[in-house]
Amino acid sequence: MNEDFTDIWAFLAASPLLWLTTTLVVFQFSLWLNRRLGGGMVLHPVLLSMGLLIGILLLTGTDYDTYFDGAQFIHFMLGPATVALAIPLYENRHQIRQLMLPLLVAGLTGACVAAVSAVMVAAALGADRITLLSLAPKSVTSPIAMGITEKLGGLPSLTAALVLLTGAIGCLLSPLLIRLLRIQDDRVKGFALGLSAHGFGTAQAFGISATAGAFAGLGLSLAGIMTAFLLPGIAPWLL
Amino acid sequence: MLQAIIIILLCQLVGEVTVLVLDLPFPGPVLGMLLLFAGLVIRGETPPALKAFSDTLLRYLALLFVPAGVGLMVHFGLVARDWLPILAALLVSTVLALVVTMLVLSGLIRLRARRHES
Repeated sequence: MNEDFTDIWAFLAASPLLWLTTTLVVFQFSLWLNRRLGGGMVLHPVLLSMGLLIGILLLTGTDYDTYFDGAQFIHFMLGPATVALAIPLYENRHQIRQLMLPLLVAGLTGACVAAVSAVMVAAALGADRITLLSLAPKSVTSPIAMGITEKLGGLPSLTAALVLLTGAIGCLLSPLLIRLLRIQDDRVKGFALGLSAHGFGTAQAFGISATAGAFAGLGLSLAGIMTAFLLPGIAPWLL
Repeated sequence: MLQAIIIILLCQLVGEVTVLVLDLPFPGPVLGMLLLFAGLVIRGETPPALKAFSDTLLRYLALLFVPAGVGLMVHFGLVARDWLPILAALLVSTVLALVVTMLVLSGLIRLRARRHES
């Protein structure tokens, strides 16, 4: 019996099917658990899935490369998802054109502040160079952020984790900041959320209103494009 | 559906190859997104199948982060050593980005509204 189990495990551990399926099941479970617990941001489904999967891998003594052989099929979809961001951008083009200049100025300022302040704070506190490189694009949605980090020479998987943490922090703190600054315009709330907390912020903005959500999608796309084009240029001066 | 997948993958492919050939400093899929955007502007509408496919893809965007996020386990050493700078940097920069973006955007919108009135 025990030997049978070892055989089955040996077969499964060598095939991509096991970890692909496990990732999907764990994510579905995390969605369910998050909803049961009231949809809080601390137990965000992505953070929860990451924690659970890391736990499972450590317990079964599986290394990350083996896991990634299976999970890469999900990971691959990040590229197409980035391309697909063109569609919400296109659908909101009238609102974009209307507020073109304010949005560009605010977006550029916000994206620069996010990247530069993150690198400066971490550098001042003595972080490693590879950490700094992976930290710079953390406000941008993962598929773009990981692409940028790869270009900069950082660690894309570290960036992915930092991007997720940024999203969770942005969602936790934004209600307080919106109240402190007395922001009433849903376009402003949404744009800032999408710009500084990417997909997490966009999801939160849709909870405020549909307008906030649309502008969050815009903020997310603009931040992604601007950071992707500018950061590789300014990174050498920053680091 | 198949058409939508082909359009998106083609945009990405052209983007990746262009970035590689011209040695551009940004990710290929970003160029792919710009290509698709330009294509939609030229066409003047989003084909329904493309819209449906992208809606599905973007609805599960969160799931796509997971495999890379699990890669954090490879960097436990780096994170354990740099956890304080990382946490401080994330907190400070996220607050700053939110505050600056909201102030600049609401300021500019108000400025424009005032100019329109006068």
